[in-house]
Amino acid sequence: MAVIDLANPTRFLTQVNRVLPWLTALTIVLFAFGLTRAMSAPDDYQQGATVKIMFLHVPAAWLSMMGWGVMSVAALGTLVWRHPLADVAGKAAAPIGAAFTFICLVTGSLWGRPTWGTYWVWDARLTSVLVLFLLYLGVLALYWTAEDPGRGSRAAAVLTLVGAVNIPIIKFSVDWWNTLHQGASVFRLGGSTIYPTILIPLFIMAAAFTLMFATLLLAAMRNEILRRRVRTLRLMQASAVN
Amino acid sequence: MGATAHVDFIAAAYASAVIIIGALIAWVALDYRAQQHTLAELEKQGISRRSGPARSDRPVEQAKEDA
Repeated sequence: MAVIDLANPTRFLTQVNRVLPWLTALTIVLFAFGLTRAMSAPDDYQQGATVKIMFLHVPAAWLSMMGWGVMSVAALGTLVWRHPLADVAGKAAAPIGAAFTFICLVTGSLWGRPTWGTYWVWDARLTSVLVLFLLYLGVLALYWTAEDPGRGSRAAAVLTLVGAVNIPIIKFSVDWWNTLHQGASVFRLGGSTIYPTILIPLFIMAAAFTLMFATLLLAAMRNEILRRRVRTLRLMQASAVN
Repeated sequence: MGATAHVDFIAAAYASAVIIIGALIAWVALDYRAQQHTLAELEKQGISRRSGPARSDRPVEQAKEDA
């Protein structure tokens, strides 16, 4: 089957129904493996056992930005090509991305208290991630409260593309400003500063989180396609009655 | 720092992640059930899409007559 065939919502639903059980099973297996490795990873020489929070915080942070990346591509698909599945993908990704951003903020705060002595500081990294969370809420408000779904989708797509400016700000905030948050330690020139006994479980957890994101995204897209069918049928019902 | 130091912060972080992800999964699953249920109800009333595989415009006509 060609990839272009997935552009048809009915074919897309058929394929999603086929792959979702496998993706779910793979996600559960990867989480079980990742959590086992994470719990048996050694303590950090400075941070002690609190480094275990990293196995949640870092994948959630990566996915909070990846979620906005997915929404940005979908926004282009909505505004430029006016493809219905792009709009479906953007709307489905927003609450999932918001949830991962919230996890990032909560776990970061709980990691900051024993490490820095405070739950929160208004440094560039923390503030830009909070702005990302607020942008997610703004996009959700546009999707969920617009009376005309088409106008709401276009407004949400525009806000998504404007908000994409925040992603490089988050990434490079630790380089551009003097922050309490540490600099890049996984993907950096010269290699990671994290020892493999901690780095490998982190990558496994990141893969598990990414698979969960993909699974939830496909399931939420399926829901959105069904919701649009319900809306179409209700409109047909109303026009038939009138 | 020992292995048990700050265990309350670690437990709170994992618990909050489980709660947020659990809520997200529950929302997606319940939404799917709700949409399927509504679609089934509408089709039971004879309303179906024109591009649907086994139905024609007749159910809409039927809905007009019912009204």
